[in-house]
Amino acid sequence: MKMTPKTATLLVLAALIALTPFFFPSGYYYRVGALLFVNGIAVTGMVILTGYAGQISLGHAGFAGIGAYACALAPVHWGLHPALAVILGAAISAILAFLVGRPILRLKGYYLGVATLGLGILVAMVLNNERQLTGGPDGMAVPELGLRALLKGWGLTLSNGEFWYFFCGLVLLVGAWLALNLYASPTGRALRALHGSEVAARTVGIDVARLKLQAFVISAVYASVSGSLLALQNKFVTPDVAGFMHSIEMVTMAVLGGVGSVLGAIFGAGILTLLPQVLTVFAEYEQMVLGLVMVLVMIFLREGLLPSVLRKFRGKDE
Amino acid sequence: MKTILATTALLTMGLSSAALAEIRLGASISATGPAAFLGDPEAKTLEMLVEALNAAGGINGEDVKLVMYDDGGDPNKARTFATRLVEDDEVVAIIGGTSTGTSMSILAIAEDAEIPFISLAGAIDIIDPVKPYTFKTPHTDRMACQKIFEDMKAQGYTKIGMISGTDGFGASMQAQCKSVVADYGIEIVADETYDPKDADMTAQLTKIRNAPGVQAVLNPGFGQGPSIVTRNYKQLDIGLPFYQSHGVASDGFIQLAGAEAAEGVRLPGTALLVADLLAEDDVQKPVVTAYKAAFEAKTGTPVGTFGGYAHDAFLILTDAIARAGSSEPAAIRDAIEATSGLAGTTGVYTFSSTDHLGLDLSAFRMLEIRGGKWTLVE
Repeated sequence: MKMTPKTATLLVLAALIALTPFFFPSGYYYRVGALLFVNGIAVTGMVILTGYAGQISLGHAGFAGIGAYACALAPVHWGLHPALAVILGAAISAILAFLVGRPILRLKGYYLGVATLGLGILVAMVLNNERQLTGGPDGMAVPELGLRALLKGWGLTLSNGEFWYFFCGLVLLVGAWLALNLYASPTGRALRALHGSEVAARTVGIDVARLKLQAFVISAVYASVSGSLLALQNKFVTPDVAGFMHSIEMVTMAVLGGVGSVLGAIFGAGILTLLPQVLTVFAEYEQMVLGLVMVLVMIFLREGLLPSVLRKFRGKDE
Repeated sequence: MKTILATTALLTMGLSSAALAEIRLGASISATGPAAFLGDPEAKTLEMLVEALNAAGGINGEDVKLVMYDDGGDPNKARTFATRLVEDDEVVAIIGGTSTGTSMSILAIAEDAEIPFISLAGAIDIIDPVKPYTFKTPHTDRMACQKIFEDMKAQGYTKIGMISGTDGFGASMQAQCKSVVADYGIEIVADETYDPKDADMTAQLTKIRNAPGVQAVLNPGFGQGPSIVTRNYKQLDIGLPFYQSHGVASDGFIQLAGAEAAEGVRLPGTALLVADLLAEDDVQKPVVTAYKAAFEAKTGTPVGTFGGYAHDAFLILTDAIARAGSSEPAAIRDAIEATSGLAGTTGVYTFSSTDHLGLDLSAFRMLEIRGGKWTLVE
């Protein structure tokens, strides 16, 4: 029996998440892994928006900021459980994406990039300036999720790092599964048609505006959930999470690894999460190395790292 | 096979005993990014001090190894690096957190791991309420406000105007000043703000000048904003006494604002700025002059208050380890809390179980700019 690419991707991902901890020399690696998965979730959203539908967003950190601050604000101000706050954040992000998506997605290319950029910066500005609510640039504390204590009650004792590693890994798996399902669905095919040529897609009867909006809303929810998970594991959040740099990071990760494939994009997230940790010795050159890697990938491996490398291997096999 | 095993065993023993003979300290500093002008002198100070300490024989004969990371001012990175310091590098204490955000991130990790942590950030939330393992060296914004209001009260001013930056520093100090101003019988009759990136603040200053009965103006702010405010203040010829915050207590401020515009500006600063003017019997004189000479010789740049915060954190930590006679985190923590009358560059530190800041208002000196130079106000 031949395995479908979807099953293969999910199996590879699950195996990596489950097996790498055996090689961790200390608890710190769980933290890096958990960060990688959080970035992976946001980047999977970018794959749906950019890889499938061919639209760009330079403002997705804004949605991550909404998800993160929902977990900080809702429990404090309305006594909502943090787990419900994740859902609330995702809902707010989806509604905001729905409302601004329709006018914004009429734009193309650079214009779309700049409009989304503005959206992200607006969210960051609100978080920075509404001091009495958000604590301003100094940030605010986020309550404990409480799931770890629950697991302990069931006899499964995990350290903080271990818990977030496996929890974020699980969410990433679910996110990847949904994204891969979407790829193969009629909607996914329509999205890819739209990516190929908007005019052609419209002539075969695809509702281009609605589909773009759907992809935008879905990717906003991914970003929001990743922001929530980041806030909950850090137990502290500052407006940086919604900042411009974070938006750029998401796009860079997706493009670097290969924005057309879920596994590739997650691979890109992995590289950009690990590099700064490896490069601490050359902290001053970190930006330069990242820029260089990006330029080289853009010139020589235009589909992104993973798809290009895989193609090379397959080419040799045949 | 046996020889290989024996050699490996010998090697491992050799390595582990070598590892025991050094004291591992950790630091996460914002040496790059938006807070680099704070973090850069802090990082240089720590590197310089470790080198000097090891050259002088270390602490109780053991060398100190400093593992330092650059968090770029990002609290998320700071948390990762703090985790790395605790779990991977196995340090016995952490210095750092250049900004309040990064400090709050590191704090959570340090408290969980029960490792002493000395923050270099201003906000009072870091040590209030007191957390067992967290200390800090900079005075709080509230203390700066109190020092300024004390001086205003002595001068007989009762109605003042405030113009604050909307950045973290300015906004936090604005809030703290408003919360203590009533204690000094002073009323804020005009309260304006500006964005730190603004190039002109004459509109806000004109509004303050037109407020009825205003007698003095205070500008809580950080970076280049206060220099522009000072220039505009002179251009408008407002003529009222003008107070700046400790956020601009460096020679760079006088250069940016210009000696003429800065003439007569008062602000609360540390002894470090007026090292040459300190009385010979001042307890801070030796430590301040020594740090100033060493830092300026090493880096070729003038010392600033912020590098001084890192200096004091390192001093408190090494002093505590020497007194504890052990590099066990819990023992170091107890020794830090027992620190009494330790003269640093920022002030004289005396910690207790209810006070993890250890400074009082005497740590601030009221300074005035005269002819482009700092002078002490008695």
